[in-house]
Amino acid sequence: MPSLKDVKTKIAGVRKTKQITKAMNMVASAKLRGTQSRIERFRNYADKFHAVLGDIAAKATGTAHPLLAAHAEQRTVLIVLFTSDRGLCGGFNAGLIARALDTARKAAAENKDVRFICVGKKGRDAIGKSGFELAESYTGAMIEFNFDLASTIGKTIIGSYLAEKIDEVILVYGQFESASRQVPTVQPMLPMQQINAGHHEDINPAFEYTYEPDVSSLLNALLPRFVNVQIYRALLDTSASEHAARMVAMDNATRNCDELTGTLTLLYNKTRQASITSELIDIVGGAEALQ
Amino acid sequence: MAALQLEVVTPNGPVVQAEADYVGIPGELGQLGIMPGHSPLLTALTPGRLYFRKNDQNTDVFISGGFAEISENRVSILAESAELKEHIDVARAQRAMDRARQRLEKAASDETIDVLRAEAALLRASLRMKIASGS
Repeated sequence: MPSLKDVKTKIAGVRKTKQITKAMNMVASAKLRGTQSRIERFRNYADKFHAVLGDIAAKATGTAHPLLAAHAEQRTVLIVLFTSDRGLCGGFNAGLIARALDTARKAAAENKDVRFICVGKKGRDAIGKSGFELAESYTGAMIEFNFDLASTIGKTIIGSYLAEKIDEVILVYGQFESASRQVPTVQPMLPMQQINAGHHEDINPAFEYTYEPDVSSLLNALLPRFVNVQIYRALLDTSASEHAARMVAMDNATRNCDELTGTLTLLYNKTRQASITSELIDIVGGAEALQ
Repeated sequence: MAALQLEVVTPNGPVVQAEADYVGIPGELGQLGIMPGHSPLLTALTPGRLYFRKNDQNTDVFISGGFAEISENRVSILAESAELKEHIDVARAQRAMDRARQRLEKAASDETIDVLRAEAALLRASLRMKIASGS
């Protein structure tokens, strides 16, 4: 039987843990709201961008942009893995890393070289241990980031792709569906698939647009930006997913603390009762002996 | 004639949503003046000053390049960043300018420095400051 004091200390410890997990849950939910509103604001830009790009891509038939063309030889695959910088978010990072390694092994089985760019500390650490080549990593980025980060990453990727150092680019990120559902997603990015513009009310194909300077130079300027837009979307989604996953994990932890406190309180009461009983036996025994 | 609906959107959200009688935009091939009834146009933009007029009141906006789409009296600007004149952070622009200058000075001896990028940063910073100072 543990001593009364031990159990008491343990209960106090569990209560403190509960305070922390509860606070983390609330912080995560506040951050999730923030990221969600950023996604909202970004969608405005992304939708419009997609509509314009779709329109131009449809007009620019016959001009094959290097970002749209697959290289003759498929030797090197670049996987861009987005994870969080911090842990305590359940199986969120583990799921993403598993998907990324899966993809990497598949490519390696086809005799391709695999390289990684990791955004987020958790992914970097895991890939560093996995034996795959880590080309670049951006850590501390998920805590605060803006479009410039997406542009920087995009620029590196486009540079290597155009120099034919890499032949395929795949994004692995946490797609945010809802606060209770995040899906690790593998999305091929380069070579770009044909762009299907979703129908958009603003861009009416019936309009005869004037294009300045001309269709193909507009396309040349738009496509690299489209890479940035996709990266930024992956960043935002991963960040929202991270906060949602942390919310759920911390909620579970808080509930576990409650359960544990209950069990420990029961143990505390039992222990106390047992010690009272044994003291009573001592007193009664002592009194008996005196008679 | 109906007024123009101007909209400037960036990845961080819309910056301007307003009615205007006239919009001046820095097109890649030169300054463009858009008035109501303009024909449909898609154009690339250079970093610079965008301004719009409503009731003889001019409003200046810095945009970092991007695209403009004009149709049916709607002017949509897609820019990677944009700021209203009064929201321009002059101190930040000054720092960016100093940084870009330093990088350009070192570029002769250091090959890792991306000259084009530094020049673009310098241009953006100086444009921001120019617009903020109201010229």
